[in-house]
Amino acid sequence: MTTTTVTGPKEQACDTLLAAGHTACTGCGEALAAKLVLGAAGRDIIVTDATGCLEVFTTRFPQSSWEVPFIHSLFENSAAVASGVEAALKALGRQNEAKVIAQGGDGGTADIGLQALSGMLERGHNVLYVCYDNEAYMNTGVQRSGLTPFDCMTTTSPYGEYSWGNKHNKKDMPGIAAAHGIPYVATASVAFPKDIENKVKKALTIPGPKYLQIHSPCPLGWRSNPHLTIKVAKLAIETGLYPVFEMENGKITKVRKVKTPKTPVEEYLKIQGRFAHLFKSPKGQEEIQKIQEIADRNIEKYGLA
Amino acid sequence: MGTTTFIEGSIAVAKTIGVCRPQVISAYPITPQTHIVEHLSELVAEGELKTEYVNVESEHSAASVVLGASATGARAYTATTSQGFLLMIEVLFNIAGMRLPIIMTCVNRAVSAPINIWNDQQDSLTARDSGWIQLYAEDNQEASDMHLQAFKIAENKDIMLPVMVCMDGFVLTHSFEPIELISQEDADKFLPPYKPQYYLNPKNPLSFGTMVGPDGYMETRYFLEKTMRDSQQVISDVAAEFHNQFGRFHGGLIDTYKVEDATHVFVAMGSVIGTLKDIVDEQRAKGQKIGVLKIRSYRPFPKDEIYKALNHVREIIVLEKAISLGYGGILANEIKSVFYGKPKTPKINGYIIGLGGRDITIDTIHHVIKDAVNTSFEEKFIGLNEALIK
Repeated sequence: MTTTTVTGPKEQACDTLLAAGHTACTGCGEALAAKLVLGAAGRDIIVTDATGCLEVFTTRFPQSSWEVPFIHSLFENSAAVASGVEAALKALGRQNEAKVIAQGGDGGTADIGLQALSGMLERGHNVLYVCYDNEAYMNTGVQRSGLTPFDCMTTTSPYGEYSWGNKHNKKDMPGIAAAHGIPYVATASVAFPKDIENKVKKALTIPGPKYLQIHSPCPLGWRSNPHLTIKVAKLAIETGLYPVFEMENGKITKVRKVKTPKTPVEEYLKIQGRFAHLFKSPKGQEEIQKIQEIADRNIEKYGLA
Repeated sequence: MGTTTFIEGSIAVAKTIGVCRPQVISAYPITPQTHIVEHLSELVAEGELKTEYVNVESEHSAASVVLGASATGARAYTATTSQGFLLMIEVLFNIAGMRLPIIMTCVNRAVSAPINIWNDQQDSLTARDSGWIQLYAEDNQEASDMHLQAFKIAENKDIMLPVMVCMDGFVLTHSFEPIELISQEDADKFLPPYKPQYYLNPKNPLSFGTMVGPDGYMETRYFLEKTMRDSQQVISDVAAEFHNQFGRFHGGLIDTYKVEDATHVFVAMGSVIGTLKDIVDEQRAKGQKIGVLKIRSYRPFPKDEIYKALNHVREIIVLEKAISLGYGGILANEIKSVFYGKPKTPKINGYIIGLGGRDITIDTIHHVIKDAVNTSFEEKFIGLNEALIK
């Protein structure tokens, strides 16, 4: 056991159940998010994880950062493995022993793992699914996923004479989760650690399937300065590009409001290399305008103003 | 003792699984596996079986659910066939690598394309290198009994490997035979509750499925291979123990029928063994010294036992319902490897038969015998429709 108590944001004490010494990059949003999730959940949990950065940087044999029972199986089956863990706890009469948390990145959740996740949500397993959303396949070298934002440059959606980057809009994964009729869906961001902790704690008190999607900047993939991770994450919310909300039984019950006057999306885009191509020519301004429209639609849809 | 019932193969297997007290079952429907999982869900619905039955959205998730359940300390079971089996394969390798003693029924069926729901053994043969112990049943009594044995083999603390019980689709699963069913009391006497040494629990937080680099990966494969070899003894012991308690013996790693004095021996696995035994009796009546060797444990492959049983014969005729395309008969070539470097090598012919449910009749086997006597070291398809290949 290497657990220590550290002083967290806003002087809140939290357990580090994700032990230090792992190999995440400097400024990794996912490592921070996972640490906050575990800290809020406490020791009496069993966690599953999809293949991806989180599994790679925390479990290189013979070491492991996980101070809680942990299982990684494959890329697309974190939700199904968690379903099995939960079913076994019930079958063995051990359901009060541990809460089950399934984890995955955006690719493992919204693309390759979507079917298994849908099954888990539909069947009503008592599991909290956490998606660490860094908006591309970072572990394999920054390829686009279904949660990559519009016009974002990745290694498989490059900028070129005929391309502004990713052609498609970010998939509405929280909406898809909510469409299963589950009791709790929420988004959060590493910019607001206390909010992550509150949402995890709250979700774990609700029986049935829960979905939490955490915006987790990846300095390597986003080509942003590692010391700006929190600032980048905060700007995503303030511009309206990453709505942070809670949805209970299908209805939005709480949102994080954006400031007025609203922050233009340029403020968010210009500090990330993955959007740098939009600032290279006057035509890029038209693309930025399209992104501004996405933000405006979010502000209206979720009532963020 | 149990009772003898005239019953469909699938139902007999489901009832045996029931008395094995699985704690989590997860499966996805696919013909001809369906009757097994339907009957298990009925047992649960009627309260006769206390288990968590998880209806999933795919075979990939069925295998993943039992993986998670087994890692949490539950006895877990699944069943599939053909395309469903292929969809599971990624998870099957994972289950074996994680040393989880899960039991699966692989109802043997052809694989697509062209789509074909009938029997051959291409599905399970495709996962021969996955690290699962593979046992093949000759008839429904054996298929039923084999499941009880499978749990005991898998959960042996020195083994901890998954076991796949393979039974021919339709030929066995949908056939009615008088079966001696195993009572709950007898099953409990044979199979103790599953008590894993390591499982997911907060009191002892272990990490499962971690990343192992070039410094340790090879050793994990080394141990899998070593355990596979060690499991040969356990499979034999469990068969003997079963014989002792129930009075039924279907063979250990292999079974032989009139092989001791034979000059010619058929080698095969699965339901075709029954047909071959009839042929042996018929040919013996005509004075031919012929016998059958049944491969019961295909993985681990019992090279030594096969050699011991067959080193005196002149001619081996391998019949198989699968093929390694571009190479030929899988089993035939593995049987050949048994004799490599040995002082005496019998003539070994291999025949691909019964693919995609093509009937294997007495005439098919007569054709095989005639061909085998007149040719040497050949591998070929038998029973082709000449009009279709002109």
